[in-house]
Amino acid sequence: MAILSVGTRPAETAVPPGLRVGVLALQGDFREHAQVLRKLGANVYLVRRPEELDQIDGLVIPGGESSVMDKLARTFGLAEPLRAAIRGGLPVYGTCAGLIMLADTILDGMNGQQGFGGLDIAVRRNAFGSQTASFETDLDIPALGQEPVHAVFIRAPVVETIGARATALASLDDGRCVAVEQGNLLGTSFHPEITGEYRFHQYFLQKLVAAAR
Amino acid sequence: MTESTSAEQFGSSRVKRGLAEMLKGGVIMDVVTAAQARIAEDAGAVAVMALERVPADIRSQGGVARMSDPDLIDSIIAEVNIPVMAKARIGHFVEAQILEVLGVDYIDESEVLSPADYLNHIDKWNFTIPFVCGATNLGEALRRITEGAAMIRSKGEAGTGDVSEATKHIRTINGEIKRLTSMSRDELYVAAKELQAPYELVAEIASTGKLPVVLFTAGGVATPADAAMMMQLGADGVFVGSGVFKSGNPEQRAAAIVKAVTFYDDAKVIADVSRGLGEAMVGINVSDIPAPHRLASRGW
Repeated sequence: MAILSVGTRPAETAVPPGLRVGVLALQGDFREHAQVLRKLGANVYLVRRPEELDQIDGLVIPGGESSVMDKLARTFGLAEPLRAAIRGGLPVYGTCAGLIMLADTILDGMNGQQGFGGLDIAVRRNAFGSQTASFETDLDIPALGQEPVHAVFIRAPVVETIGARATALASLDDGRCVAVEQGNLLGTSFHPEITGEYRFHQYFLQKLVAAAR
Repeated sequence: MTESTSAEQFGSSRVKRGLAEMLKGGVIMDVVTAAQARIAEDAGAVAVMALERVPADIRSQGGVARMSDPDLIDSIIAEVNIPVMAKARIGHFVEAQILEVLGVDYIDESEVLSPADYLNHIDKWNFTIPFVCGATNLGEALRRITEGAAMIRSKGEAGTGDVSEATKHIRTINGEIKRLTSMSRDELYVAAKELQAPYELVAEIASTGKLPVVLFTAGGVATPADAAMMMQLGADGVFVGSGVFKSGNPEQRAAAIVKAVTFYDDAKVIADVSRGLGEAMVGINVSDIPAPHRLASRGW
C-alpha cells in the first residue's frame, strides 16, 4: 500500500483483512484517524450507532469536544453498550477528548459530564488553559522507538492521577503525564493523527490484533 | 516513561489550525449573554461565539457594531467549558489584541460587525491566538489564509434565516477547488492571478483538493435541515447565528441542529429532530435586502 507524506513511520503492521477498526464519528477529527488507520492497512468503519459497535474489533475515539461526544453518545444509545464493550476487553485508543472519554474520573468536566471509562486514571479537562496556551513539543517515548514523538497539545487534558492498573507512557518536562495504557486501552493527551505520527496507531493495532487472536 | 526533549512552541500554524480540526462535525452558536452560552453548551454546541448583538438585531437596529464588552466576554468564559470565540471588526487589530489578552480561544474577524478598515484585514500572523475569517469564494478564502487565518467560514448572509447565500458560498468555494484539481500547471498560474491569491497556495490546493484549513459554513442557517444540507455540501461544521436565539424554542432547536450535523446524511434522524421545534426565526429573504445592506459584501 502506498504511503504518502510520512514523518516517522515504522514498518507496516500486518492487520488481518478480517479485522475491523471502528472510529467514533459523532464529532471531532475522526477523518484524520480513519486516514492514518487506512494507510496502516486497516479496514476502517465509522461508528455513530449502537448496532455498529457489534461489527468492530477495536475503536478509536478522536479528538474533539468531549462534552458533545458524551451528549450524543447518550442520546443515541451508544454510551451504555460501549461502556460494556470496554469492560469486556474491546481495544480502544483515545486522543485528547478520546482520552477524557476513557478516563474513570473526569476533573473540571461539565455538570453531569460522563465518559465511557475504562482507564484507571483521573484526567483534568483543558488542563493548560485557553487556546493561546496550546503548544507543540517533542516527547521521548522509548516504547515507540528512538525517534522522539512530535506531539501537538490543543486545549489538552492531562492525566492527573494514575491508578494501580494503568501505566504512564509519556510525560512533559514538568512531570505531568500525557500518555497512558492499560491492557487493551491506550490514551494520549495529544494528537498523533494530525502530525503524520503513525507509531501510536500502530501500537494500538498490535493490541487489537493480539486481542483478536 | 520519559520526558519531553525540546522547547514548547506556542501559536504555530499547526496548533492554530488544530483547534479548528477538533471542532469539525460540530455547531458553533452565537451568544450575547452568559445565560445563552449556558443554553448553547447544554445543547451540545462545540464552541460559542460571543458578540454584542446577534446579526438579526444588528440588521434591524442598525448603527456601528463592535467587539463585545470585555465584561460580557469574561462572563461567558466563566460560564462555559467549551471554547469561546469572539468577533473583532475587520482590520481592527486592537480589538483583536484585547480579545487575545481576555483569553478567548478563537477570534472571528467578521463582516457581521462594522469594518474598521476598508483596505486591510488584520495581519493574523502577529498573534498567538487563531483567527477564523469569512469568505464568499475561493480567492477570498485564500487571501485570508495568506494573512494567517487558521479557519475559514463561508459567509452566507448573516441575520436573515435565509440559507440561500450560505448555499451559494459553500458551493462556490468547493466548486472552485474542484476546478483547480483538474488544471495543468500552466493553467494554475492564470488561476492564481484570477483568484488574486499566491501561486504556491493555489498549487497546493490543486494537488490536495481541499483547503489547508477547516471550512465551516455560516449565515442564514435556521433549521436542522439547513445545517445538514451545509454538511452534505461539504462543510466541516456549521455556525448558527440568530437562528437559535431568535427562534421560539432555543434549547430544543439548538440541540436538534447539533444532532442533525452529526447525522447529516441520515434523513430519518433529521426528520425526527425537526419535529415540534416551534417557530423558526422569522427571517428576511436575501433578495429583499438592498445590496448595500448585505453583510457578505464586506471584506474582499
